[in-house]
Amino acid sequence: MAPELLNAQSEHLLRELAPHVLGAVIRRFRDFAAAEDAVQEALLAAALQWPREAVPENPRAWLIQVASRRMADHLRSELARRRRETATAMATDQLTPALDVESESERDDTLILLFMCCHAALTSPSAIALTLRAVGGLTTAEIAHAFLVPEATMAQRISRAKQTIKASGAPFRLPTHHEQAQRLRSVLHVLYLIFNEGYTSSAGPELQRPELSGEAIQLTRAVHNLLPNDGEVAGLLALMLLTDARRVARTGPDGELIPLTKQDRFLWDRKQISEGIALLTATLSKGSIGAYQLQAAIAAVHDEAARAEDTDWPQILALYDLLKRMSDNPMVVLNHAIATAMVHGPSAGLELLNALDADGRLAGHHRLHAVRAHLLELAGDYEAAIAHYRTAAGRTTSIPERNYLMTQAARLSDENFRTADEPCLKG
Amino acid sequence: MKYILMMNTMKAGSEGFPSWPKKDIQAHIAFMKTLNTALRESGELVSAEGLSFPEQAKLVRAGKDGTPITDGVFPESKEFLAGYWIVEVDSPEQAYAIAARASAAPGLGGIPLNMPIEVRPIMAGPPDEFI
Repeated sequence: MAPELLNAQSEHLLRELAPHVLGAVIRRFRDFAAAEDAVQEALLAAALQWPREAVPENPRAWLIQVASRRMADHLRSELARRRRETATAMATDQLTPALDVESESERDDTLILLFMCCHAALTSPSAIALTLRAVGGLTTAEIAHAFLVPEATMAQRISRAKQTIKASGAPFRLPTHHEQAQRLRSVLHVLYLIFNEGYTSSAGPELQRPELSGEAIQLTRAVHNLLPNDGEVAGLLALMLLTDARRVARTGPDGELIPLTKQDRFLWDRKQISEGIALLTATLSKGSIGAYQLQAAIAAVHDEAARAEDTDWPQILALYDLLKRMSDNPMVVLNHAIATAMVHGPSAGLELLNALDADGRLAGHHRLHAVRAHLLELAGDYEAAIAHYRTAAGRTTSIPERNYLMTQAARLSDENFRTADEPCLKG
Repeated sequence: MKYILMMNTMKAGSEGFPSWPKKDIQAHIAFMKTLNTALRESGELVSAEGLSFPEQAKLVRAGKDGTPITDGVFPESKEFLAGYWIVEVDSPEQAYAIAARASAAPGLGGIPLNMPIEVRPIMAGPPDEFI
């Protein structure tokens, strides 16, 4: 018999409540790792029980109570185990904490949880997985599916991440004002990575995993609601909205990648673009410009062009100039070179790429070859462009991107070098 | 019973996949996508992965202190593993039939490649009485 499924509304409610319930249970029992397990069990119980019975009157209290019972069971068996092992009696008061759920403060623990899940001691994949589970309320199976790994692997990754946090002894409270800026940077970076993985999957046959980019937007929106005056939080949310607005136009009927210049702009999500631009305009007027705000501004310039040829490249170039001064990221230098080529011609762009060859961090990277191929094509050097498209295709690990790059090389070759009796380009 | 279907193909050099005309590349990609969708929908597909081109291949072994020693690249290899499918079917014949479908993927000029596909059973765990 197939279990009855939770409707979308209840599922949304569960996901929204997850971090609040987890916060409440951690406060009571002071054990992040075990509390997180208990909350997952409570969420599963709700997913099974609510469709059959009904959504309880106070769903939050229901979840806290179920999770707390699981916690108490866990502590009881843990205590029994220790008794057997050491024969030392422990105080049993610990097992029966007050369950007056109603008095539980309504404070929002989402931020504290995010700071915890994006702890500096964790690797990015661990921080991402833990954030999605503890704050996003996703099940381990859903996260495993999104990252194309077996569920057991993801369960292990999450469990090790929780052990790392436990070992670090991080207390369950907001970081001090002094630490907060640095810690917020790691949180935003993790959210950015989740979005990116959804927007352009680094592995596998599909270009996009919209469930991940959607989750990243939802989490960033929650942070923005908690810290409405932080320019970079608003900037990141705007960047995600302005980029995600083009999602539908980015792939063709067979899942093939469609570059910005070839997209059907009528497919772009106007509502999301307006929201992103409004957010960005409000935050830019407050001063203190950061890298996410600049990237959002660049995305906005693209989104505002009715046709690719209407793109205000001088403005994009000016924004990349600012961004380049702010960060030492070679990808920024690469995009700066593209903008330069669009304003001052392909050879000016190609000249800037030479600096990246010398830099070393991007030398041999498929993106550098792909951009060089594109600029060489603009410059009319088709033979060299084909060679670089092919090298880039050989080096990317994304199947849609490889298909795209190979198709570009084949197109150029078809147009310029192939004749009826010579099916293949020689050499 | 699970089988692995290993596609050893895509010779390097001027006759390789990357140098085909655009429409042939697109037809090949579309064929593989359709095949994978069909296998997924029939419930036979366990997993399928495409591998990077051999430019990125390295041979690795442990050095004296256990640190990795890498060797490669091997552009001169004539054939390489391009990808694999793992399928779960009731009989070897069904695995062979899937392999034959994949083998006939269109190549240059839309002509079936009839490429060799190595089919091998995947070892299972011990039978129940041993557990």
